[in-house]
Amino acid sequence: MKSYWWKFLGAAIVFYTIIAGLLGEVPALPILHESIRNVYFHVPMWFAMLLMYLISVVYSIKYLGSGKPEDDFIAVESVNVGLIFCLFGLLSGMLWANITWGDPWPNDPKLNSSAIASLMYLAYVVLRNALDEEQKRGKISAIYNVFAFPIMIVLLFVLPRLTDSLHPGNGGNPGFSGYDMTGSMQWVFRPAALGWMLIGCWIMTLRYRIRKLEYHTDELGN
Amino acid sequence: MSFLAQVRYLVYKEILLEWRSKYAFNSILLYVVSTVFVCYQAFRSVDGVVWNALFWIILLFASINAISKSFVQESRGRQLYYYTLASPGAIILSKIIYNIALMLVLSLIALFVYSIIFRNPLGDPFLYLVSVILGSISFATVFTMISGISAKANNSGTLMAILSFPVIIPLLIVLIKLSKNAMDGLDRSVSYDEIFVLLAINAIVISVSLLLFPYIWRD
Repeated sequence: MKSYWWKFLGAAIVFYTIIAGLLGEVPALPILHESIRNVYFHVPMWFAMLLMYLISVVYSIKYLGSGKPEDDFIAVESVNVGLIFCLFGLLSGMLWANITWGDPWPNDPKLNSSAIASLMYLAYVVLRNALDEEQKRGKISAIYNVFAFPIMIVLLFVLPRLTDSLHPGNGGNPGFSGYDMTGSMQWVFRPAALGWMLIGCWIMTLRYRIRKLEYHTDELGN
Repeated sequence: MSFLAQVRYLVYKEILLEWRSKYAFNSILLYVVSTVFVCYQAFRSVDGVVWNALFWIILLFASINAISKSFVQESRGRQLYYYTLASPGAIILSKIIYNIALMLVLSLIALFVYSIIFRNPLGDPFLYLVSVILGSISFATVFTMISGISAKANNSGTLMAILSFPVIIPLLIVLIKLSKNAMDGLDRSVSYDEIFVLLAINAIVISVSLLLFPYIWRD
């Protein structure tokens, strides 16, 4: 019980934000209207994705130092879960963009950047499949992961600020907090970000444990 | 031997090897010139945006072809021999320096040929030259490390493209923007941001390569 309280916390928070996010009070704004509720679901996806990629790069660095297969498993499963969150982030964003900007894929630097970032991590998955030998696979893919991470940070956080973007907080647009993140919305939005991060970690640890079990049964089998 | 001396000797070795065969350089040069001709025959005349994009695409593929060879052309035995003599940092740094030099020569020739065949007015030729120089440095630094990674996974050709394109796209976005500014002849102070971002990314890439390369060769 002591060690897995955070899983209950994550599930409870996500449950709460789904109910409070759909029923709670939101400001009436032009263009956005009720679609503003998507901020509780779209933005936390990106937070969770970033956390997953961050965990992945930390464990890749650890793997390069230690050479333990467990570290490599955590790195690869974090990338897998991060890709799922990226997919959902893109999907929810496309739904939202279709309503507010009139086009599921407007030519927006943030959209393009996140699509390119997911290409980077798909390339990581392909690279892993191209290598057969376990240790070599772990090491080479960890190197690619660490190499790609700073460029992904530039891609997601520096480049959109250099150009005009439809997203709030970029290219001179004021951030969300400036005009419509009212007090009551903060109380749903912040827990939502935390809750999805916890859920992401939970999925990642489950997948990591399955992979570890498979690894050990393979070892016993041989 | 000190680190810098190692780097100097290794760069000298790379240039000497290339000078003896002249194979890589000539083939890439021919590749660039013939691609320019293909594009010229296909387009005849283009407007500024397409002209700029086409040039960067030609340069991108030429540099991928040029640099993907940098680790596979030498046999495993010879590489092992280098590793006993020099530190891994010196090896990757010498490859990066050599590739920067190669790319600079190639891209300047490419720019010369391209602007003669495809005539297009440049608003600020000096700034365009700067963007081409920065571009070839960026291509060289990123692709050298990626080619080291993909050389370890024997299936080099496709893997090189898959691994390097997502990494180079952010740089390419900035480069195209910078060179577009130069074409339009905007005031130079507009472009300082882009130049700074490019220099910063290159510094990050070189330092990350130096940190990570020791792990690649130790297997």
